[in-house]
Amino acid sequence: MSMTEPVAVSRREARILLLGYGNPGRQDDGLGPAAIAEIENMGLPHLTAFENYQLNIEDALDVAAHDIVWFIDASRTGPSPYSVRAVSPSSSIEFTSHIVRPETILAIAGQCYGGSPQAFLLAIRGYEFEFIEALTPAARHNLDAALAMLTERLRHPQPGTPGEAT
Amino acid sequence: MTDVQVDRAPRKIVIDPVTRVEGHGKVTIRLNEAGEVEQARFHIVEFRGFERFIQGRMYWEVPVIVQRLCGICPVSHHLCAAKAMDIVAGVDKLTPAAEKIRRLMHYGQVLQSNAVNFFHLASPDLLLGFEAPVAQRNIVGVIGAFPEVGKWAIFIRKFGQQVIAATGGRRIHPRLCIPGGVNQNLAVEHRDALRKDVDQIVKWCCDALELHKSFIDSHEQLHETFASFPSSYMSLVGADGGMDLYDGALRAIDAGGTPIFEGVRPADYCDYLIEEVRSWSYMKFPHIRSLGREDGWYRVGPLAQLNCCAFIGTPLAEAARKDFMALGHGGLVHATLAYHWARLICMIHCAETIRDLLFDDDLQGTDLVVTGERRPEGVAIIEAPRGTLLHHYEVDDHGQVTKANLIVSTTNNNEAMNRSVKKVAQDYLTGREITEGLLNHIEVAIRAYDPCLSCATHALGDMPLIATLEDADGAVIATRVKQ
Repeated sequence: MSMTEPVAVSRREARILLLGYGNPGRQDDGLGPAAIAEIENMGLPHLTAFENYQLNIEDALDVAAHDIVWFIDASRTGPSPYSVRAVSPSSSIEFTSHIVRPETILAIAGQCYGGSPQAFLLAIRGYEFEFIEALTPAARHNLDAALAMLTERLRHPQPGTPGEAT
Repeated sequence: MTDVQVDRAPRKIVIDPVTRVEGHGKVTIRLNEAGEVEQARFHIVEFRGFERFIQGRMYWEVPVIVQRLCGICPVSHHLCAAKAMDIVAGVDKLTPAAEKIRRLMHYGQVLQSNAVNFFHLASPDLLLGFEAPVAQRNIVGVIGAFPEVGKWAIFIRKFGQQVIAATGGRRIHPRLCIPGGVNQNLAVEHRDALRKDVDQIVKWCCDALELHKSFIDSHEQLHETFASFPSSYMSLVGADGGMDLYDGALRAIDAGGTPIFEGVRPADYCDYLIEEVRSWSYMKFPHIRSLGREDGWYRVGPLAQLNCCAFIGTPLAEAARKDFMALGHGGLVHATLAYHWARLICMIHCAETIRDLLFDDDLQGTDLVVTGERRPEGVAIIEAPRGTLLHHYEVDDHGQVTKANLIVSTTNNNEAMNRSVKKVAQDYLTGREITEGLLNHIEVAIRAYDPCLSCATHALGDMPLIATLEDADGAVIATRVKQ
């Protein structure tokens, strides 16, 4: 693909993108990347999975090229073991480039590339965020629960129904 | 959405942070008895713990580990740590292949990071105007008004990431550097793919500069005065005084352009810089030792890189530098908003340098690593996208890091950010109301520096931007929350 050409989106099959993000060096903040690592080992079809430290604007390219997108992040304050909500395009301006929201990525994907995937935010509850490269046992338990839900949804994708939030 | 709470009595405004920043940053504005701005402070998360995080690690693994420090600048930390560990490994000079592939990676990193800053953060303010409705003043609003900007933003950033991936094997947390050299050279297929796109990237960087200058032409007074003040500057420069973002010696100049010091080797930084801790901030306050804490502060980053260098060694960027320096009428350029102009010139320089390197056959060299006799200490400095970045390590006989000291770019700009916030508050605060306009103008000033939330967590549920007005005794008068 030339980088100057827009991304073409085929609707023949539901192509699914998982974006897990967070800092694995800050304990439970690494829940998103940990989820991606586990899912990559499952070998599920029609699935693309990326982990990163944070969302970046070029993620809009990948988002626009998929039909279903799951953003996977750790949560400091949400319900345990996880919550799920639909995400809609909406852009905001921050004070630093270290902050990019899923809504902004979706908005850029739509504005620049005409991509409008179904998008969901999976927020897995974390508890400790110190300088340690390991999940806490409680967060690990929450990750397992979230993955059980998510893998079921990935094996039987039904756009518009993200799975039951808990 | 904005929530406003109003209570009684005056004196102090606290703007308390900051989405996904754990609530550790805030802006505090203190008023005097006459209701005038007396003091402004910008607090930002800066865990000192990350230096302890490195202690006990083997020296050769540090260039990889330090990439955990920042989601935007992992490559800058990777390269700076590698340069310090070169010294620990007893290596003072790399092979041409190793040096040039590191440079290629670094210029790719600076290009993509500066692109994110300008297009994502700055362009809504600069292209749509400070007073544009909040709902529109964002990157999507910019793309709607200037469709080409969206293309530039995505693909310049993406090109920089491709350079990083081509040199480091992966776009996230690359593993190019080892003490004394690199793991791989640049594969011909990667080189050829990058060569096909680099001319377009250079052109888009130049186009972005022209678009930005059209804003300046129509907002000349605002551009010159907003959040601005004279200051000293510091950056690396090459041995010939030219811009060098990867290696060189430290140069510091005062507000009039007179050198404070120059030719300072990284290993000697402690003789020239000192770090001060203040009780109210997690972040240290480095300053120039000879000038003391009150007068020794300085600015780093693209504006400093332009003010400190004698020239830029690539033609398009050099022409742009001369045009830029004319703003100072023979002196330095002190406008805080000029950070963005300078940032675009640095992007042009990076793109030109990448193009030059892609046609240098040394990048396919196979002599990649030099060895030497182990040393107990290493210091390195690099010009990261936000400015001067310093890594200093001490290593024991077993190869374990016993001490680490990092001065990151945002820390170097700590005092300057406070002063910019104070200037904005002095110019835009009226009465005791925390207006959305005031909040926005403070953010505009902070965006010029694009402070790094290095090692912050990224979990959902962190605090949004909050402004709080307090009286002299700390009682809250009003709070504004930006959602």
